[in-house]
Amino acid sequence: MEFQTVLSELVKCFGTTLAIFLLTLIGSLPLGLLVCFGRRSKNCVLRNVTKAYISIMRGTPLMLQLWVVFFGLPMLLNWFFGLFGLRYIADSQWRFTAAIIAFIINYAAYFAEIYRSGIECIPKGQYEAANVLGYGRAQTFVKIILPQMVKNVMPSVTNEVITLVKDTSLCYSIGLVEMFTRATQIANSSSDTFFVAFMTAGVMYYIFNFVVAWLMERCEKAMAYYS
Amino acid sequence: MILEMNDIRKSFGGLEVLQGIDISVGKGETVSVIGPSGSGKSTLLRCATFLETADSGEIKYMGNKAAWTDETGNMKYVSPSELKKFKSCFGLVFQQFNLFPHFTVLKNIIDAPVSVQKRSRDEVTEEAMAILEKMGLASKANEYPGRLSGGQQQRVAIARALAMNPDILFFDEPTSALDPELTGEVLKVIRQLAEEKMTMVVVTHEMDFARAVSDRVIFMDGGSIVEQGDPDKVLGDPDEERTKRFLRNYKR
Repeated sequence: MEFQTVLSELVKCFGTTLAIFLLTLIGSLPLGLLVCFGRRSKNCVLRNVTKAYISIMRGTPLMLQLWVVFFGLPMLLNWFFGLFGLRYIADSQWRFTAAIIAFIINYAAYFAEIYRSGIECIPKGQYEAANVLGYGRAQTFVKIILPQMVKNVMPSVTNEVITLVKDTSLCYSIGLVEMFTRATQIANSSSDTFFVAFMTAGVMYYIFNFVVAWLMERCEKAMAYYS
Repeated sequence: MILEMNDIRKSFGGLEVLQGIDISVGKGETVSVIGPSGSGKSTLLRCATFLETADSGEIKYMGNKAAWTDETGNMKYVSPSELKKFKSCFGLVFQQFNLFPHFTVLKNIIDAPVSVQKRSRDEVTEEAMAILEKMGLASKANEYPGRLSGGQQQRVAIARALAMNPDILFFDEPTSALDPELTGEVLKVIRQLAEEKMTMVVVTHEMDFARAVSDRVIFMDGGSIVEQGDPDKVLGDPDEERTKRFLRNYKR
């Protein structure tokens, strides 16, 4: 296989990698905030449930979580539908959907802890000043705490986002054809494409992350408008 | 009376920090509260501004009850929405300024009047600029607090409190976090407010300032008021032995 062919094949599958990346961020960045609220809640049931959730998500391999969602969720759904005499059959899109679900719930746990640290390093005096000025709870969070949190968490979020780019390759383990899976297929198709397929994929991941890092740096600078 | 607090008690884990404090502040009065650290001065201000809930007693603003002890001995506060109205009666200036670092100086001052008191932005901005002008900080309106000196930040914090048009201003050791050469500019602003007959309660360690500016000085020790009255009397020729000891130690 020519290098051009390898490249064009990988570029075709890059769309899937990019889609996993973007959809995971769109889902997990806000979900992480909800989890963070749960983790900081005064309600001890909610607090401990989210604590356990975060602990499991961070304490087990992402690849395992991918399998649990990909194989386990249809089984669970089948059992549930079975109660009503119905059957659930996973469609062809399931690989992709399962990957997105697994990535979102995994990354939300990490983001939740990053947000929590970003909130907890804000001095108590900020809440007290807001309280005395008559801001309500929601106003205090949205106007006073959230903007400071966002600035505080930027470096840690950048770290996670860069990790996510590389983690998308774990979809190989459930047979979802994204860039890494395609590279593996090409590499296995003949001995002379082995090296070029993986090298090309590696360079493409690097370029992707180079762009991501540059964008995140721009964001960080934009957030650093105050000291 | 602008503020009345009767028999206020507050304990932190067995330690009674306020042992039945009575304090009332009339319109236009400047009251200084002095005393050793741990005497309960700051806790008193924090109870007055609802940052702490008192264990028992009564708190009234403009003659209206904000908190009281009911027949069963439990402390009752008005509902949160009512409490919000009471909060617009007072302003608090913190030792650590507590400006919002992500807001410009102007936004720090106008945001609460606009988004809490729902006043018109133009009107509030005009008022805020006038206050900044008076404090010699008009040129800093669009700076972020992090770029200002401590003295400038504390003056902005005073401006922020004033923009809410409070009936009474509380100061919790407003110069204690400042370098000595910066205390003057802050004290000057407070002195000016006293001359304009702003009602104020100032917790301070600046004895000369307290003497020069206050209408009344309160000396607190061990969670109760030991002595209060005319500044020259309390600071110059106190009746109580504890006051004398404190002032002697202070001068040393």
